[in-house]
Amino acid sequence: MNSREITTQISKAADFLNLKKWDYGASFSNDYSVQVDKGEAKQLKASQKQILTIRVWNQSNLVGITTTSDISESGIKKALKQANIASDFGNKNETTEFSPLAKDPIKVKEVKKTNPVGIKKLLTLLRGAELKLIESHESIKSVPYNGLSESFFERVYANSEGAFRSYSKSQAALYLYARAEEKNKKPRSSGSVKLGYGADDIDIESCIKEASNKTISHLNYSSIKTDKYLICFSPESFLTIINAFSSMFNARSIIDGVSLSNKNSIGEELSTEALNIYDDGLHEKNISSTPFDGEGTPTKRLCLIKRGRIENFIHSESTARIFKTTPTGHAGLGSKVSVSPDWIVVEKSDENFDLKTSLDHYTYEGEFVYIEELNAIHAGVRASQGSFSLPFDGWLYKNGKKISIESATVAGDIKYLLKNIVNIESNQEVTTSGISPHIWVNELSITGDA
Amino acid sequence: MLSSQIKSNEIVFGSCNKDLLEEIIFYGIGLGADFVEIFIENTDNSSVLAEEDFITSVSPSFGRGAGIRIFKGKKDGFVSTNDLTKHGLMRSVSQAIEMLDITDNKREVFNGLNKHRDYSLSKKKWIKEVPSIHEISEKLLVSTKSLKKNNKIITRKGSYSRNLQEVIIASSDGTYVSDIRLHQTVGLNLIASDAQYRSSGSRRFGSSGMPNEFRLWDHEKAANDVFESSMNMLYADYVDAGQMPVVLANKFGGVIFHEACGHLLETTQIERGTTPFENKLNEKIAHESVTAIDEGISEGSFGSLSVDDEGMEPEKSVLIKDGILKKFISDRAGELRTGHKRTGSGRRQNYSFAAASRMRNTYIAKGEHSKEDLINSISEGLYCKSMGGGSVGATGQFNFAVEEGYLIKNGKLTSPVKGATLIGEAKEVMPKISMCGNDLELAPGFCGSISGSVNVTVGQPHIKVDSITVGGR
Repeated sequence: MNSREITTQISKAADFLNLKKWDYGASFSNDYSVQVDKGEAKQLKASQKQILTIRVWNQSNLVGITTTSDISESGIKKALKQANIASDFGNKNETTEFSPLAKDPIKVKEVKKTNPVGIKKLLTLLRGAELKLIESHESIKSVPYNGLSESFFERVYANSEGAFRSYSKSQAALYLYARAEEKNKKPRSSGSVKLGYGADDIDIESCIKEASNKTISHLNYSSIKTDKYLICFSPESFLTIINAFSSMFNARSIIDGVSLSNKNSIGEELSTEALNIYDDGLHEKNISSTPFDGEGTPTKRLCLIKRGRIENFIHSESTARIFKTTPTGHAGLGSKVSVSPDWIVVEKSDENFDLKTSLDHYTYEGEFVYIEELNAIHAGVRASQGSFSLPFDGWLYKNGKKISIESATVAGDIKYLLKNIVNIESNQEVTTSGISPHIWVNELSITGDA
Repeated sequence: MLSSQIKSNEIVFGSCNKDLLEEIIFYGIGLGADFVEIFIENTDNSSVLAEEDFITSVSPSFGRGAGIRIFKGKKDGFVSTNDLTKHGLMRSVSQAIEMLDITDNKREVFNGLNKHRDYSLSKKKWIKEVPSIHEISEKLLVSTKSLKKNNKIITRKGSYSRNLQEVIIASSDGTYVSDIRLHQTVGLNLIASDAQYRSSGSRRFGSSGMPNEFRLWDHEKAANDVFESSMNMLYADYVDAGQMPVVLANKFGGVIFHEACGHLLETTQIERGTTPFENKLNEKIAHESVTAIDEGISEGSFGSLSVDDEGMEPEKSVLIKDGILKKFISDRAGELRTGHKRTGSGRRQNYSFAAASRMRNTYIAKGEHSKEDLINSISEGLYCKSMGGGSVGATGQFNFAVEEGYLIKNGKLTSPVKGATLIGEAKEVMPKISMCGNDLELAPGFCGSISGSVNVTVGQPHIKVDSITVGGR
């Protein structure tokens, strides 16, 4: 069955069961992936997946939901029946409706259409990449974590009032994590991830080069003295920390009492006036973009922080109704509709006179810690409390030299961090999770072994 | 005619599928596969969320699918599908064969499937015995109400999930088994707040194969525990960073051994060349006070199973005995690629993952000391009463958040501290576990790795680590 046929099937089954109001979200995908081990194919994988989530409103307008991978006629009927039973337990205190924007026009990005290159080609490309990476430096002995995958999928949203949206796309991903070993030293590891619309679209050479350079740059390492340091966050690490604390902009989290913000936080000063942050799921560089969210609301660019102050929250249908605004295209379909950001864009605002522009990670000669990548986010971030304590990969710059930091954590408070931004470099860099320049922050605690 | 005698062109749960499964396996072997494995599942899951004094989410789900794995030499091809018809399964076999580029004429022998080992017989009643959504909802609401002990508690949550998984496993070595697995888990979370101070607390409980367990769960005790913990931490200062001795509490304290050492004893790590213990069998890798076990047989424990996802009954594996490395955790691919015998540890989240060597119930065995002995032996250090999550890097470095910690001064517990992170490497920390308590307890958890998220238990008695890096402010 294609997505139109599934919609018809659901509509017929709902009529049969006398269910007047329903909607559904579905995804259908074909995925192919390969892993290699020193030139040999290790695991080759293909999967065909289908997931259907149906919501049903009962006569009291309470919602029930069911998710299934069975999209046969009987599977759809069973899902509708189960959702109807679940609606008896629907949340009476926070009703859910169709998004008022579920029929609005959507912007679909013009993207390159690709066809599957096939497992054999994926394998050939990955074998070549692994070999090149190992040959790039004598210390790189293996690439223990590697993979090349292609995914072709369709996302659908439809409801009983005639809304129907469907979006098909392809995506490919390459990751290479190299392991370097030198005599009498600990093994060091680093890597790179690249996305593309298809395997042919991925910049394999830059992935190899980046993985190699990053790994080699950590070969000469030293422990760092526990102290407070001037910090330069790489674009990737700054985006990681913003995403980890995105509950500050999340209306769902605010309603649930797990955000540092509250309903009246719009306009609250969070940071230097020089900082702007947007959520821009449709950004041309966002390979993972989708034109509508789980409730069918169109995706759009939304300003979260303007000149250091909170400008907007991200919403689902129900949170927008509670906040007396419109949905923003950030909902995930579920029994309790989730809200999450798409793609964060960080930039320097026009009000940037207070920045210490001499702080440039290429030229600054004073002492600072460069945080390349933050790890263990799920364990080290207390979003509801605003605190973090995270291991990182990075370097200590001192006396014009840089040395990799052996093992250390950076700890602090997100509000302190944002208030203590002392420079936002001019050049933005594209990462897999958004766009950001390098960001400098004064005085964060680093714990090391020394 | 009985349904079990009908020759079906589709997998039917609860019926005999032997002929169809044999046909699929014969097909794969005939195309040149060395080994064919079919894993089929049918799931029926439910989850319920209570927030404050209301049920805010009820989420049923069901599904079915198959994962087909073909080996040729040491390579394997894995295909997953939702199509359980003969045509769909054969197409998946063909796809796996094609991926592996099998062209040689060498044919393995397949003598048909062995006698059906049906572990599900006594378990079919479980679905009728598990609590209804109504019963679950009522108990969760009572539980969240129990968390409301003062006006500093600003957020209260209770969550329950039940996963019922029916599996059929058949492979070209004759394996033919069926099983039903039931996992239930319930958690309580709260956030406390007073002016600028905030703390949070959480506890999770879980069981396998015990339909009545949720009914027996002592929600009041759980609520008291998490409330007390969050109150203790509400006004806590940040810990000062540095090197110090620590005492790790029992139960979930075992997460560090699981993450930092247990994963390094899985054969998948040997295959990757990422474990420092690869060539250390029968060598000392830990302090002589440490004996560590991984098993899948403790009745009701969250990581227990009647049969693993490759059709092997789980064994009790003594991984480390008195500090000496004795065994690795192995699955079929691990045995093939590393030579370590299978331990009944081939596990996967669901049909869309190929099985891999994974831990089950993993714990450090009890020692002879009391908790007080451990604390009394430290003049200045940290007591980690409750651990949060953590991670292990590609080179074995680990980091774990301490959810509830107390300073130790002159052998006594003193003030609560927050923001602590334990940092180290298994190879360096294992020899520093110098004392083990006599109070071994297990705690349930979920472990995410190469074959998805699987149910596990972690555990240990109270243990003392002579020196470790504590991250703080």
